[in-house]
Amino acid sequence: MLKKIAAMFLSSFLLTAALCSCSNVQEQENDADDTEEVEYQTLSVEDEDYYTRFKNNGISINVYNWGEYIADGSEEGTLDVNAEFTKLTGIKVNYTTYATNEELYAKLKGGGASYDIIIPSDYMISRMIKENMLTKLDFNNIPNFKYIKQTFVNPLYDPQNEYSVPYTWGTVGIIYDKTLIDERDIDWDILWNEDYADRILMFDNPRDAFAIAEILLGYSINTENSDELKKAAEKLKEQKKVVQAYVMDEIFDKMGAGEALIAPYYAGDAITLMDEYEDLGFVIPKSGTNLFIDAMCIPAGSKQKEAAEMYINFMCEPDIAYATTSYIGYSTPNTAAYDMLDDEIKNDGISYLDDEYLSKNTTVFYNLSDEANIEMQNLWTEMKSAQDETKNKWIVPAFMIICVAVSIGILIRRYIKNKKDIF
Amino acid sequence: MKKFSKIYLALVLMFLYMPIFVLIVFSFNTTKSRSVMSGFTLDWYVKLFRNELIMTSLRNTVIIAIIASISATILGTAAAIGISKMRKFPKAVVMNITNIPIINPEIVTGVSLMLLFVFFAARMNLEFGFTTLLIAHITFNVPYVILNVMPKLKQMNPFLYEAAQDLGCGPVQAFFKVVLPEITPGVLSGFLMSFTFSLDDFVVSYFTSGSTSQTLPITIYSMTRRKVSPEINALSTLIFIIVVIILVIKNIIEHRNDKPVTKAKEEI
Repeated sequence: MLKKIAAMFLSSFLLTAALCSCSNVQEQENDADDTEEVEYQTLSVEDEDYYTRFKNNGISINVYNWGEYIADGSEEGTLDVNAEFTKLTGIKVNYTTYATNEELYAKLKGGGASYDIIIPSDYMISRMIKENMLTKLDFNNIPNFKYIKQTFVNPLYDPQNEYSVPYTWGTVGIIYDKTLIDERDIDWDILWNEDYADRILMFDNPRDAFAIAEILLGYSINTENSDELKKAAEKLKEQKKVVQAYVMDEIFDKMGAGEALIAPYYAGDAITLMDEYEDLGFVIPKSGTNLFIDAMCIPAGSKQKEAAEMYINFMCEPDIAYATTSYIGYSTPNTAAYDMLDDEIKNDGISYLDDEYLSKNTTVFYNLSDEANIEMQNLWTEMKSAQDETKNKWIVPAFMIICVAVSIGILIRRYIKNKKDIF
Repeated sequence: MKKFSKIYLALVLMFLYMPIFVLIVFSFNTTKSRSVMSGFTLDWYVKLFRNELIMTSLRNTVIIAIIASISATILGTAAAIGISKMRKFPKAVVMNITNIPIINPEIVTGVSLMLLFVFFAARMNLEFGFTTLLIAHITFNVPYVILNVMPKLKQMNPFLYEAAQDLGCGPVQAFFKVVLPEITPGVLSGFLMSFTFSLDDFVVSYFTSGSTSQTLPITIYSMTRRKVSPEINALSTLIFIIVVIILVIKNIIEHRNDKPVTKAKEEI
């Protein structure tokens, strides 16, 4: 028996492997040509003396960043940013990661863990500033701030620019299937279009989803007005019947496999997706969109403030910022790193938009009042749990009833059998 | 009926192993997609070993699992021996108390440990990280060891220990020479159980990890904003293969140990 099972496994494994390799022999041959040349990126910094101040002091800093959000040298020829920092400065980097802004907030609020660098998004920064969770930066220690593009200095969430140095930015747009949809037709209302019913995906977080509805209705995406929020929720409820699923990173798979045709998502991730699937395109709607910025901050209570500022400055080095933006695919606010990019990326109309569009049609999130946040959360939950007339409603209960019936049947049969055995 | 049971077995096996199988197949995918297979590559395995973050988290996870399960085994075995010598009523009470953490939802354990550590952090300069993770893992492992060792102690003839002392063993010697070999299977299964629990724990680690170190499950979870990288598939495949190899070796050894006996029987 065991042999048979093993054989079954092996054969099925071989079969899949064979299938996969067959369909792609050609591609591999093409790949073989360009794997030979790997460009190795090197690092040069302007002021080396600045970085060697703490050498041999045995200092370490705690960096808390998003998962998959730094160049780690796993791609051949790229820089491992944290390792380079340690090599240059002698400061050890304890690097840990989180998945959401709220997780970061909870960790900091919970106490116990102390961090020296965190990289929250726009609205979370304004919330943390309001709650005195951040330390003011000493910009004399961050000379490389000069590289930061003027558009991103003094942002809405940090009006005096005292607490944050932008790390990456991007916009929200619509990923669509180029073969079936014309680019010119696309604006936010396509997500409500019944022609594409059940082929539309939608954000699974209230802030991003509400922003889309609010743009469509002509409200500010930072509105705290209760009526406007309710109207936006109505709008989202209307959309529910055409939406296939509310998802976040599953968008990659669903769009890639052709299960869905239209989905809103972040520009940087859309580019990664488009590299893999030629049929997909990305549009930033004309009527405006949300501009998001993730920025480096130092939390209040950091024990190594100067070393942390050195780390921020290091992240703003043109070479490092370039490595970062190439690895994660999000746009860089660093002008020197931007100059190093290929023209292809600069002009793709996705990663880098002209300043006029950015200032006129995009808005940055900032933190909503607690009441507005709670109201939005409630409206969202209500919208998502609202009953809709799907045909699949009965499948799960019916299946469970069948299961129960079958198990009762088996029990009865066994009971009868046992009774017979007695005699 | 025979045919039906075979089909049923195949279905059950498929149900159990299909996910792992899919995971293994997609670890060889050329793209990051989790639904379309677009080519065969070993790149993810190469990248996996270059990825400093995954490697450190893996190292942390393994080190914590080893230290935590060994400490929990020692603590738990000692506790079990103590409990087994108690009188009936206190024994029942203590056993119930030690069983509560097992039945208790992990999230309660996680949050309460976090609160405790925060309480001490403020007073004792305790930094969230490796230490807190380790203490937390030992904490939730101890009850499992006790649970595994207790039945063995019950099975053991209580006079063996006394007999050993009658025959000239000191208490310590009697414990190591007589009691321990008797309960070894229980100790081992307790150790293995706490090792695996510690390896794949997410909830408790999530609340008790800190700025200096995190375990593999947390690293994987944090990738969900950007998309979990196929490097994780590659890593899981390697872990799965290692587990399979260990099981096979274990079975071979057991088989060999059995053989002389059966041979001897045949000769008779």
